[in-house]
Amino acid sequence: MSSIPSPRRRRSRFSPVTRQVLLYLFFLLPAAMDIAQGMAGTLGPNPTSACLHDFGRYAFRFLLVSLAVTPLKRFVGVDIMLYRRPLGLLAFTYAALHVFFYVVVARHLDTHILWQDFSSRPFLTFGVLTFLILAALASTSTRRAIRALGRKWAPLHKLAYLAMIFACIHYSIAFKTWHVEPFIYTVIAICVLALRMVPRSARRKV
Amino acid sequence: ATGTAQNASGWPAPEKPTPQNDVTHYNNFYEFGTDKGDPAELSGAFKPLPWSVQIDGLVDNPRTWALEDLLKQFGQEERLYRMRCVEAWSMVIPWNGFSLAALLKAAAPKMGARYVAFTSVLRPSEMPGQRRGLFALKWPYVEGLRLDEAMHPLTLLATGVYGETLPTQNGAPIRLVVPWKYGFKGIKSITRITVTDRQPPTSWNLMAPEEYGFYANVNPAVDHPRWSQASEQIIGEGSLFRTARKPTQLFNGYAEQVADLYQGMDLRKDF
Repeated sequence: MSSIPSPRRRRSRFSPVTRQVLLYLFFLLPAAMDIAQGMAGTLGPNPTSACLHDFGRYAFRFLLVSLAVTPLKRFVGVDIMLYRRPLGLLAFTYAALHVFFYVVVARHLDTHILWQDFSSRPFLTFGVLTFLILAALASTSTRRAIRALGRKWAPLHKLAYLAMIFACIHYSIAFKTWHVEPFIYTVIAICVLALRMVPRSARRKV
Repeated sequence: ATGTAQNASGWPAPEKPTPQNDVTHYNNFYEFGTDKGDPAELSGAFKPLPWSVQIDGLVDNPRTWALEDLLKQFGQEERLYRMRCVEAWSMVIPWNGFSLAALLKAAAPKMGARYVAFTSVLRPSEMPGQRRGLFALKWPYVEGLRLDEAMHPLTLLATGVYGETLPTQNGAPIRLVVPWKYGFKGIKSITRITVTDRQPPTSWNLMAPEEYGFYANVNPAVDHPRWSQASEQIIGEGSLFRTARKPTQLFNGYAEQVADLYQGMDLRKDF
């Protein structure tokens, strides 16, 4: 980490925590817009499934961006480390909305159907595993939890890599045919994860 | 069926029709894209007219019919049918069209004819979904029926919906409707109908044989490998926070009319 402050960086009016909260709230806007449109009846013939799929895509994107924070800093020199936690929490929030729309809105909380779905359909199994990891990470993202977990915190949060891989599988095999979009996202995710394996010496040259 | 309306041909009509805008803006027509909104949005370049349909194979009277001649010869009647998609959602659609049986009778199938093969249009320049290469079905889309299924009075060649000419996104200008089967059997924009003695290949079966059978009869007891078929979402009903669902009926509620066709068959094996 450089000790010389960047001359271009202006001092923000807001405290770091305020900036984190503002970023989080700002990126809840897509969810608010979907729900507003859905309630207004302008989200197409199947607003429920439009919300379900949009929220799933946003969860994927925020998880991907939160994992890109470290490589962005190391290889590009862009430091948005301050926002890693709100980005991770956004991934969890959208994943929770995605799960809510599936379990409650589409499946009416029917435990029999849900158990059958989750136990017999691989794409859903991968989805559930992704969500459980994100929930575990979100619940251990408070300052108190970080302090309480101490050295265990970092290895625990490396589960985010696994969540990303599971999310790629869940997204890629969810459709009737192969789709281009999950394929592109998966390639980006693999790059973001693979950059972590570049050895330190090589990094310094960049 | 709880509806009191009657179809012109005598069998009871199902529940109330799905709103027209939903019928024309929530479509699976992978030639234009995989999103439900793609067909309405991306089918503008497709020009369905003029159109002709070639009838050939094991028939005494092979012929290439101009669309106008088909309409003149066989007329149009309204049929209010349930439509059950293999993705576990459903609609109720007022089609306009004529029985496939009428056309097949005019073609006069020969002895030994057992199946009917259908071929859809191939126009990559007008259909963006056909330019997707690896990420798509093989084109052109093909489908098939057993001859007795094709001759069944419920089997319709639709040329309109809601009293209007079939929009491009719904399979203009002429498509198949087989109401007791999953929607993907209803091949759209048909260019060729071939009577044959062997079971023809079908697009979704070629794509994933474990997931889509040749018969594709609606059956709540036989699940798709990736989702349950026991119930269906009713498009056009429910709210953002609660979908409308109902149990799926065997043969989509047409068991009385079609169950005979499958006597002695194992519907789990021949799914």
